[in-house]
Amino acid sequence: MTTEASSRRIGQAFDTDELVLNMGPQHPSTHGVLRVVLRLDGERVVDCDCVIGYIHRGVEKLCENRDWTQIILLTDRMDYVAAATSNLGYVETVEKLMQIEVPRRARYIRTILAELQRIASHCLWLGTHAMDIGAMTVLLYSFREREHVLDLFEEFCGARLTYNSMRVGGLPLDIPSGWDKRVSEFCDLMETKLDEYEELLTNNRIWVGRTRDVGVISGEEATALGLCGPPLRGSGVLRDLRKDEPNAAYEEFDFDIPLGTRGDTYDRYLIRLEEFKQSIRIIRQAIAGLPEGPIMGKVPRLLKPPAGETYHAIESPKGEIGYFIASDGRSTNPYRFRVRPPSFCNLQGLRRLVKGHLVADVVALIGTIDIVLGEVDR
Amino acid sequence: MVETFLIPLLKIAVLINALLVSVTFLVLMERKVMAWAQNRLGPMRVGPHGMLQAIVDPIKLILKEDITPAKADKWVFTLAPIMSLAPALAVFSVVPFGFDPLYYIADINVGLLFIISVTSIGVYGIILGGWASNSKYPLLASLRASAQLISYEIAVTMTLVSVILTSGTLSMIGIVQAQQEAGIWFGFIQPVAFVLMFIGGLAETNRVPFDLPEAETELTGGFHTEYSGMRFALFFLAEYANIIVISAITAIMFLGGWLRPFPSIEALSFLDVIPPWIWLVSKIFVFLYVFIWIRATLPRYRYDQLMNLGWKVLIPIAIANLVVTGIVKVLV
Repeated sequence: MTTEASSRRIGQAFDTDELVLNMGPQHPSTHGVLRVVLRLDGERVVDCDCVIGYIHRGVEKLCENRDWTQIILLTDRMDYVAAATSNLGYVETVEKLMQIEVPRRARYIRTILAELQRIASHCLWLGTHAMDIGAMTVLLYSFREREHVLDLFEEFCGARLTYNSMRVGGLPLDIPSGWDKRVSEFCDLMETKLDEYEELLTNNRIWVGRTRDVGVISGEEATALGLCGPPLRGSGVLRDLRKDEPNAAYEEFDFDIPLGTRGDTYDRYLIRLEEFKQSIRIIRQAIAGLPEGPIMGKVPRLLKPPAGETYHAIESPKGEIGYFIASDGRSTNPYRFRVRPPSFCNLQGLRRLVKGHLVADVVALIGTIDIVLGEVDR
Repeated sequence: MVETFLIPLLKIAVLINALLVSVTFLVLMERKVMAWAQNRLGPMRVGPHGMLQAIVDPIKLILKEDITPAKADKWVFTLAPIMSLAPALAVFSVVPFGFDPLYYIADINVGLLFIISVTSIGVYGIILGGWASNSKYPLLASLRASAQLISYEIAVTMTLVSVILTSGTLSMIGIVQAQQEAGIWFGFIQPVAFVLMFIGGLAETNRVPFDLPEAETELTGGFHTEYSGMRFALFFLAEYANIIVISAITAIMFLGGWLRPFPSIEALSFLDVIPPWIWLVSKIFVFLYVFIWIRATLPRYRYDQLMNLGWKVLIPIAIANLVVTGIVKVLV
């Protein structure tokens, strides 16, 4: 009896159990209201479970009850740090459904806006990602440049975050005078600032140590999980809709798609830094070749697309943002509206990425997939 | 009576006050220097250039509601912040600000040993605070803290032993005198030890890049997640007091304490006009500035990388340095 009791006591004393740690929805590094339930063995993550839906606003259902122009405003609220590309994806989908020809000048300006947006979004990503890993100063530096982009957007459409900057068939406004010059000035500035970021991080031993071989994912796995954007290209899969299915005016510009080799967090970091440079390259070409002409195509006053359905995807800063739209041909609102949000699809990869890593890596990995919860939940 | 009690008590009162006030200004300095590094202004609203922030911040913390979580261990929860602040203050009793007895509270012949042992007590505050909170993030943080402090203390202590070998004394005053006699700061004789001590100091004070026990972006504040009000302020004070302690020890060990630069060169003797305590304080300031500068620059290590650095790099180097120092000491 006594031996049994003592052996049970020893057994209990050496009993190990997994620690369930609830990270979020109120946590500084979950980039919004993501909740990650971690199962830990010491500091090592055994498994994790993402709980989403904390800012679900029913954007898709709302869109089904708005007319086609009002929807643009709702697409702003999905990926609120990259509203212009959300706008662009939506208006192009409607244009595809209605077969509207968009004037060349409008397509050029749309490209400039989309690439400026990519820079702004990547600035936010870089700052928060570095902040999560403990480098505070990068956040302030990259926000300084993001501020310039927001100023440019404000000058163009009056808003700094939710732009509502496109219309079906073209653009609501032409660019203000001198705007193109200020955009090229910003490109010059941004190029010098990129060196500053690289100086702080790229060859920093601690940074490399924290990101190299963390969250490695092979190209096949990434494809199978449906990852898109930089997380997919970081694994060496060449897929960028700007090249594969060029929208706006992308087919007229030269740019490269950076690819990773190892598929780790450091590769994804390098890719996004290279994307800054490629975006600057595209903007410069677009500014240089900006054609004259109208900014609005031939569009009826009241939009009423023909009956039918269509899907169209573009490359947003986060990855592929796709819109599925069905119209019944009679009403002035879509019959069905559905978004394929890149953040949502990339978030699926988180569970696969964090397994076996440490708690500290979880925040690095949430950062590396670059999610916006407004887009995940919609 | 006056000699044995009143004067030491007065000195203690002056020192503790000076220390606590300098801690509040250190916080302000940190915010300002960080702000300059990140091209912003830092606190600007309270007083000219935010100078009064140093006074207003503690007042705010005192006035805040002091919450004890329902399931926390109340006694330990209260004891922990005290346990982390008290040693940091106690260490200063053997820190000499000058050769004159006016400038130090006590000169004990095992001063360095006293410092090493008392600073080690501080970690109990962190461990107990994390444990008593009865919350998971503080628990993880306190585990990290204990592992980190133990592994870095070994490296730091080994390093200090090589300084003891060089100076031949454990007394803080003796160490500075040894540097005066040698005519050179020990930082030049023991450069490896100096660097190790600095890195170990960063780790022991939980500063970036070794701030894992706090790791705001991972553990939401670490061991003091559940603390608020004055008890949080005590942790805060302890952290910054520890930074000053480490800076002071490093300055005394390696930068000649209250000595002027190049104490053996007569041509520079005009620098002796500056009182010794100003020399020490300005050396401490240099370290504090570097601490803040590093915080603005570097990312954070991961737990396993930190352990690797401690056990596989710093400790072997410290031991090798100790052995070499011993051999040189015997041969010369």
